[in-house]
Amino acid sequence: MMRPSKSHPLWFAFVVHRLSGITLALFLPAHFWIMSLALTNADQLDRFLTFADNPLVKIVEFCLVFLLSIHIFGGLRLLAMEFLPWSNAQKSLAAAAVGLSLFISGTFFLQAI
Amino acid sequence: MTKPDPLHLDVTIRRSDHDGSRDAHFQVPARDNQTILDVVSWIQQYADPTLSYRFACRVGMCGSCAMMVNGEPRWACRTHVKKVLNGSKVHIAPLRNLPVIKDLVVDMDPFFDKWGQAEGRHHPTQTRDDPVPRIDPEGAQRAEANAGIECINCSVCYAACDTVAGNPEYLGPAALQRAWTVFNDGKNADRQAILDAVSGSSGCHNCHSMGSCTHYCPNDLNPMQAITGLKRETVKAFIRGKSNA
Repeated sequence: MMRPSKSHPLWFAFVVHRLSGITLALFLPAHFWIMSLALTNADQLDRFLTFADNPLVKIVEFCLVFLLSIHIFGGLRLLAMEFLPWSNAQKSLAAAAVGLSLFISGTFFLQAI
Repeated sequence: MTKPDPLHLDVTIRRSDHDGSRDAHFQVPARDNQTILDVVSWIQQYADPTLSYRFACRVGMCGSCAMMVNGEPRWACRTHVKKVLNGSKVHIAPLRNLPVIKDLVVDMDPFFDKWGQAEGRHHPTQTRDDPVPRIDPEGAQRAEANAGIECINCSVCYAACDTVAGNPEYLGPAALQRAWTVFNDGKNADRQAILDAVSGSSGCHNCHSMGSCTHYCPNDLNPMQAITGLKRETVKAFIRGKSNA
């Protein structure tokens, strides 16, 4: 069965929202485990924080913050679209969600390096 | 690389019968003005009379000639070849998400059955003895009803929808848009029957707002907007305790 072209912004927004959600679901348990080290194993946490100073880890952190922000704003876009009377400006909302996500994660990245 | 032949189109058609599916290739004379329906008709009349396809009005009103053109659902009669040609090539296939009967003819029953399941039919308020109710043509509710009224039932939105592809029980964009149109008709009496019909496991809350229905609708309608309207109203009814959503 042939699949239609996916080259329109709302389909792209759908995919980004799902992928960011899945990635966050994988990341958050690890995040909470590392935070728990502050209570259970301070030495191991210190070793991890030293490792986290590595620029490569900073880039990975940037990706995670980007995913988080894009998931939040993508979700807000959906809520606005479905629970407020909306118009064709939805595409602009999708674009604004991506733009704001880039801005916030970019700010985080610049502070981190 | 060979240059495209300006005199001929290299047409591939996905053909199906009881033995299975296969691609068939045809050389079709190129014209200055030519639609996909013209191409399919030429093949049927001059190359292979066994090719099956549907059409009726040829002017974008009847909704019977929709098919996949280069992987996208389109109305064949108003799709100009020049706008979809890939070099001199074009690939034509039966509509997605519907069972194929033969060649480019699909079984539309699942599509139309869902119009009934979505309760997109008139629920009368009065008898013929009552005066005709006055409807404000400029009213907000009437504007919502008018927005979807030009649907020609072509099933392009249904073929474009990935949610239908993933969940064959999903009512789909056209049926839900029809339900929203009737819901907003001031002469319709039973709004709750519509909300109950569209709020089940196959209803409007399946929609992921991908927007392919709106993107591909050949009449520039916005089924996704209609579906979000149904989502809002079913949630309101649920909060009021009136729905089985």
